[in-house]
Amino acid sequence: MQPFAYLKPARTEDAVAALVAGDARVLAGGTDLLPQLREGRRATTAVIDLKALPELNGVARDADGGWRIGAATTVGALGRDAAFAAEHGALLAAARLIGSLQIQNRASLGGNLCNGAPSADAVPLLICLNAAAELMGPMGRRHVPVETIVTGPGKTALAPTDLLIALHLPPRPLRSAAAYLRFTPRREMDIAIAGAGVAMTLTADGTITSARIALASVAPVPLLAPTAAAALVGKPPSRSLFTAAADAAAATARPISDARASADYRRHLVAVLTRRALEACATDLGLSLA
Amino acid sequence: MKTIVSLDVNGTPCEALADTRDTLLDFLRGPLGLTGTKEGCGNGNCGACTVLVDGEPVCACIVLAAEASGASVTTIEGIADGNMLHHVQTCLIEAGGTQCGFCTPGIIVSAVALLRRNADPDDAEIRHAIAGNLCRCTGYGKIVTAIRTAAARLSTEPRL
Repeated sequence: MQPFAYLKPARTEDAVAALVAGDARVLAGGTDLLPQLREGRRATTAVIDLKALPELNGVARDADGGWRIGAATTVGALGRDAAFAAEHGALLAAARLIGSLQIQNRASLGGNLCNGAPSADAVPLLICLNAAAELMGPMGRRHVPVETIVTGPGKTALAPTDLLIALHLPPRPLRSAAAYLRFTPRREMDIAIAGAGVAMTLTADGTITSARIALASVAPVPLLAPTAAAALVGKPPSRSLFTAAADAAAATARPISDARASADYRRHLVAVLTRRALEACATDLGLSLA
Repeated sequence: MKTIVSLDVNGTPCEALADTRDTLLDFLRGPLGLTGTKEGCGNGNCGACTVLVDGEPVCACIVLAAEASGASVTTIEGIADGNMLHHVQTCLIEAGGTQCGFCTPGIIVSAVALLRRNADPDDAEIRHAIAGNLCRCTGYGKIVTAIRTAAARLSTEPRL
């Protein structure tokens, strides 16, 4: 490991200034960054620890009634907020698939997103739930949709001087549900061979009024599947409808074959996982499917 | 580059100079001489280096020593009360839940953290709590038995 300075700024502006000053990496939980540094996959001259920045640590109600998750908030801390857990149990369950308890006590959703892994377990539901990423750079702050952040394996749309401040979840609609399912050969401590996140909202008469589907590990980025989601909108939930949407999701997937699974197997998994995630949403909404 | 690391380890305030690149594991095993915590994989997968930081289990191999400054750390050396072993330790011995022993400190720390937050875990909860602790010898069965037995023993004879 090349020598690096360890900085722990107390103000967000100082963290951004440190990024502007030159080659630096931000450190939230470090569960990705430290193995990368130790194994020589990354090098840096400065590490900026984000854990002393108040606005990056903690989860709280947003002014609009949604939630604001500080980018460096650990998965463990997220789970200890009872109100958040009650409202966003599906997202929390997805985050609790990341590594082990030891990892979850350090790892953050901001890191899960900015590490840029197509397999990131928390990201599909952030996308499905219409989360916005609050970024800060030398020119100020801006909000962008979460699905625009990851641009390729390990790559993001953030400029080197951009800092992810928080993830903003809009208010959860009435009659809505979400679910993320993944497939791994082992039950724990594994990386998704494929994953599917879904979110849907019903009208009072039981028609699907909006839906989002996002997939893990089947493209160079966490992949939004708009065609599959569009197949659901305006229709009442049914097994045949879910199967059609799941097949559309599989058609949207662009998986590769590698040591862990073939492309065909991954595409098959997308259909199965998407259908089961949709069925889990229906169960959560108290529906019995025809 | 050097930095002063100041933290509480097993109830004792400790301060020493560290390289900014040193991990908490390096710091515990080096300057502090606490070699009970083991390095297995060095990348957060195996859990051999599990310690409690502010009460929560973490992998010390992927926490910088500098990050842990100001924290309260419990290592395997801080689990027994002097010569009196924790029930988790006694039950691991009795059940034969340890063979080569390399994973054992991490397993014990994870198990103690579990029993502090859940006094009566079922087998699935026990297995989940130690999912981040790899053991290549035992097959886990006797470890799970030991933790279950320790939970029962703690309910009649509280410790920690």
